[in-house]
Amino acid sequence: MVATAGLLIGSVGLRATGVLGALIDRLPMISVDHGLTATQLDVLLEIRAPRVVMGAMVGAILAVAGAGYQGVFRNPLADPYLLGVAAGAGLGATLIIGLGAGSGWIPPFAFAGGLASVVLTYALSRTVGGRTTTSLILAGVAVAAFATAIQTFFLQRNNDTLREVYSWILGRLTTIGWSEVGLLLPYAAVATVALVAHRRHLDVLALGDEESAALGIDVARVRLLVVGGATLATAAAVAVSGLIGFVGIIVPHTVRLITGWSYRVIIPLSLAYGAVFLMLADLGARTLIAPAELPIGVVTAFVGAPFFLLVLRSMRGSS
Amino acid sequence: MISWQGVSVSFDGRRVLGPVDMDVSEGEWVGLIGPNGAGKSTMIKAAVGLVAHEGAFSVGLRASLAGLDLAWMPQRPHLPDEMSVANYVLLGRTPHIGYLGSESVHDLEATALALERAGLHDLADRRLATLSGGEAQRAVLARALAQEAPVLLLDEPTSSLDIGHGLEVLEMIDHLRVADGLTVVTAIHDLTLAGQFTDRLVLLNDGVVVCEGPPAEVLTEERLRASYGHGIKVVHDGNGPIVIPSRKDHD
Repeated sequence: MVATAGLLIGSVGLRATGVLGALIDRLPMISVDHGLTATQLDVLLEIRAPRVVMGAMVGAILAVAGAGYQGVFRNPLADPYLLGVAAGAGLGATLIIGLGAGSGWIPPFAFAGGLASVVLTYALSRTVGGRTTTSLILAGVAVAAFATAIQTFFLQRNNDTLREVYSWILGRLTTIGWSEVGLLLPYAAVATVALVAHRRHLDVLALGDEESAALGIDVARVRLLVVGGATLATAAAVAVSGLIGFVGIIVPHTVRLITGWSYRVIIPLSLAYGAVFLMLADLGARTLIAPAELPIGVVTAFVGAPFFLLVLRSMRGSS
Repeated sequence: MISWQGVSVSFDGRRVLGPVDMDVSEGEWVGLIGPNGAGKSTMIKAAVGLVAHEGAFSVGLRASLAGLDLAWMPQRPHLPDEMSVANYVLLGRTPHIGYLGSESVHDLEATALALERAGLHDLADRRLATLSGGEAQRAVLARALAQEAPVLLLDEPTSSLDIGHGLEVLEMIDHLRVADGLTVVTAIHDLTLAGQFTDRLVLLNDGVVVCEGPPAEVLTEERLRASYGHGIKVVHDGNGPIVIPSRKDHD
């Protein structure tokens, strides 16, 4: 339903029956007179449809990545952004954009940057303050600030790419076409499989390392695979759509409130709710100040920041 | 059923356990006693595979331990606040579920049975954070039961409970042990309860076995004072030795 709304609403008006007809017409062996002009059909199939699909994919993998990090770090506030993963991925992507490489190079470099950041954040938090929520989040903030500083320095030295990188940083789905969808798809698929496969293991990890090991779980391997999958998801999302924050924290928490605490349910439902959430956010980005557009990262942060504070508050109550 | 064969453990080059030899026969309940730091928990953790050790283990006819052989109840279990009791007990089925598998009907039945036997049937949907100390301990026991392992290793199952609930948990363990023919090894601080429930006691001090035998032989003032210090008194009633602390200046 949200997807349909995403297809219908936009700066070029399209009739609902026409859109529906055009979509059915695309199905093999069915021919329907949809009454849309060639331009309208282009808007629908080459601009709006890939944008909706991309929104759903990015939302799904950011949400599931957040749930994965929360499970591995046994920390309800772990999130691709708060852990510095997104900033690291952003740095990797900025460097490669600055070097003028093709867009196919962005995801691997974003992945390398993101992975380096999450490892650094985790190591920092362990040396500083054990396993508390605060130390993990503070380490993430420090790592993110550091990555952003390097990124800024690099941009100052390379003024010509400043504009291109800046518009990308803000998070956008505006210039998405099917080629970007194709670029994201393999990474999203691998990361999703890795995270969904370990949903049951994440429940076991909640018992701590010793009890998990006593139940036959290879804790180090599960951690590595889940963090790898979540980081790959984040990096791929950052590479194609820039920095879209808070999805990884809003969605898993909402799912948890509705269904209760088990990653066996949280992981798959985060995929679905994440897709819906980001399609809605994109709809908001397109319509709130129409005909202009808001960066989608602004919309998610606007919803997410207060949500984050609520979660923080409820945690203080329990611990 | 399970044996420790020349098992020793060192931390940072300092030996904290062993070498220890111990055989526990099928259906037997052995209690590990001894002062703090004597090596009781280490002996259990070495068997579970959580601390590096020298020496060997065997279970049944096999020469090494596998994940399905032992169910371990840690001294301070992690109970995730928000997890439901049923989901927690289900985690005991983990060794039975394939790496990429999900729980089968049989796993759910085993979970329901374990809940039932631990008297947690009505609490299945409660969050762990809402359980009392005794209920929480029974949830941990239910998780161990769901594992359906022939050997239960319990590390201080009563240390966080009051006398009444401690007794209740031990009676439950005894009942299940007899019903299922389980082999039980328990590290336990309360010497009186240890004497009343176990078939055999193993007294550890400074990482080595000081003496072992039926409770009435091990729980003597002479032996306990050698390990625990002088303020120990043992009195007897119909149920066996009762060990009581006693202020030295009142002797």
